[in-house]
Amino acid sequence: MAQKKVIDARGTFCPGPLMELIANIKLVNVGDELEVLSTDQGSQSDIPEWVNKVGHQMVSTTEQNGVWHIVVRKAK
Amino acid sequence: MRLSKMSIMVISGSLERLQMAAMVASVGAVSGNKVMVFVSMNALPYFIKGHGAHAPIEGDFGKIMEGKNVPPFMELFEKAVELGNAKIYPCSMAMDVLSAKPGDLEPYLAEPLGLTKFLSDAAGSQAWTF
Repeated sequence: MAQKKVIDARGTFCPGPLMELIANIKLVNVGDELEVLSTDQGSQSDIPEWVNKVGHQMVSTTEQNGVWHIVVRKAK
Repeated sequence: MRLSKMSIMVISGSLERLQMAAMVASVGAVSGNKVMVFVSMNALPYFIKGHGAHAPIEGDFGKIMEGKNVPPFMELFEKAVELGNAKIYPCSMAMDVLSAKPGDLEPYLAEPLGLTKFLSDAAGSQAWTF
């Protein structure tokens, strides 16, 4: 069964949230989801760009009270 | 995924340039590019074990950056290697000038490389200098 993991990268600047995502995505199974919490504005465009480039799947990108919630599914 | 080759020459010892070089290297490498970093001149001492990573700032931005939670440039260079398989080559000339041996360097660095070989390997790639 697919799992969901939250990566709290709030307070770190580019490319910290992306690097946290990449380090963690290596540790989970295909189909699992990772939700990155980021206060770095660039994350909302940089992370989807990376996800699309390397072949994973974007699930959602939302912003709540200055925090971006970026959900990615490991696809390979 | 489109793969391309990136060659990054780092010679500055300033915080802003080392930070940007490390950002380009790490993000480039984890995005599927073949990344080669050539480290020489004022940049090389940071890769010698025990040197420390306190780099002088160039301007106001560097001063502001020091007070923020920005990923340290040495950590980003290491992640470029660990997560993106980047190669970081110390310049053999700079090694000689500093009387440094390969064992003096951080363990994630590749073997020392001469400029001629680096330029040959960098042919046809994106080239970045810091």
